[in-house]
Amino acid sequence: MSNFLKTNGSKSAAISTASATRPYRPPKRRRAARHQWAIGLIIPITLLVLWELLSRVGVFPPNLLPAPSAIASTLWSLTVTGELVEHIGITVFRVLLGFLIGAGLATVFGALTGYSRFAHQLLDPLLQALRSIPSLAWVPLFILWLGIYETSKVSLIAVGVFFPVYLNLMSGIQNVDRKLVEVGQVYRLNQLKLIGRVFLPATLPAYIVGLRSGLGLGWMFVVAAEIMGASKGLGFLLVDGQTTGRPDIIIASILLFAVLGKLTDAVVASAGKRLLRWQDSYSSHHQ
Amino acid sequence: MLHIETVYKQFDNGFVALEDVNLQVNPGEIVSLVGTSGCGKSTLLRIIAGLDKATTGSVSIHHEVINAPHPDVGIIFQEPRLMPWLTVQDNVRFGLEHLSRTDSDAITAATLAKVGLSDFAHMLPRQLSGGMAQRVAIARALVTKPSILLLDEPFSALDAFTRTKLQDHLLHIWEYDRPTMMLVTHDIEEALVLSDRIIVLRGNPGRIHRTVTLDLPRPRKRTNTTLQQWKERLLTELDVSMAERSLAEI
Repeated sequence: MSNFLKTNGSKSAAISTASATRPYRPPKRRRAARHQWAIGLIIPITLLVLWELLSRVGVFPPNLLPAPSAIASTLWSLTVTGELVEHIGITVFRVLLGFLIGAGLATVFGALTGYSRFAHQLLDPLLQALRSIPSLAWVPLFILWLGIYETSKVSLIAVGVFFPVYLNLMSGIQNVDRKLVEVGQVYRLNQLKLIGRVFLPATLPAYIVGLRSGLGLGWMFVVAAEIMGASKGLGFLLVDGQTTGRPDIIIASILLFAVLGKLTDAVVASAGKRLLRWQDSYSSHHQ
Repeated sequence: MLHIETVYKQFDNGFVALEDVNLQVNPGEIVSLVGTSGCGKSTLLRIIAGLDKATTGSVSIHHEVINAPHPDVGIIFQEPRLMPWLTVQDNVRFGLEHLSRTDSDAITAATLAKVGLSDFAHMLPRQLSGGMAQRVAIARALVTKPSILLLDEPFSALDAFTRTKLQDHLLHIWEYDRPTMMLVTHDIEEALVLSDRIIVLRGNPGRIHRTVTLDLPRPRKRTNTTLQQWKERLLTELDVSMAERSLAEI
């Protein structure tokens, strides 16, 4: 009975509306949908206006919470001197390098432990044990081993990125539908082709989730690394703002972290969306 | 030619699924394996497919003992098992990777036409109905032109109307190349409509309980009195409880 309902449900409805002869293309967004992102701006803008007004009438003390306009002018002056570009540049560089190294290693290890039972038994217990160490606990050791310059910072970020990517990829591979793998076996694909044609695409959704959360942690760890000791970078700006008593600089850096984090995540997310167009998920019907 | 010789299958947990199964299927023959659930019929099919191994005994295709999936065997599972990231066309092409693009294009197009899905070549599996998805799975199995086609309850997940239509469709397709077909089903009517021979398995352990040879021309009418009589007899023989029986007739 349930099968009967299933075959006559939403799937068949999709067929009758889609064009039959042209290649598959996702339906174009409707006009209204194009402006939907604006809904998310209503509350932030209201808060911003309130904040500015309350600052102007003196409710917020400027030495603790400067007005948005004051923060904007600080940002502007940092931009004009070229300082800001330098700080942003070095921070982005650290995050991206750490992300590439961490995600790269995680991809290799995750693929191994997910695909091979032996590799899983060999490596996973150790990696899980390492994962349970709070990553910031590595900081003193990394500084001792690798010095206070780039290497220790990038390593710390790589460690942070590694685990979410590793975990998601490994469990993604382990959860690949046995039934699809059997189809590959029926067509006598060798191990390598089976990975390329079944495991890889089937694991992609979990992998992209891993990359996104890894990137998020990368941004978290770059702050930690730069607070510990740096002469440049947005994390350094945070500390600098604190020691010189400039809340406008602190808040400006926080805002920049938000913007950069969001931007890099959007890049990965949109790449993911493009690759996962085939997914039959709840969200793909509600874009 | 398909030979099954004294196949015995015991799972790791000690459960004996099949015992002393002997069977020979001739080229172009349509054979159904019927039986209540757990009688080992799917296990037998998986052994023939090379996806499971017999504990003792052997299965040979063209006098070649099977240890892994054989290139001359096509399989249609209970679920379509399409790769959700591939279009209909690329799913059908899945087993043709060794061919050049032009060759596989031509074969894929021809096979899609056979199952009546030419217009849906560029769709994704999620856009298909259950019956269409299963037709894509049939096309994928046919595309390598196997001389033996194994079907594991291929229509059991479909509604009655689609099921009947696909059974007729399957026979129609069979007419082209007349592959040997081995069909696992728990739908006795399906077995009666399609097969030259019905093998009744009984658990457990699964053994061949009896063989029914049907020398009736195809296509067969489902209301044919001979078929109806056989249906009654087989249902009684299978010790199908009244509850299950009424379900089977839905």
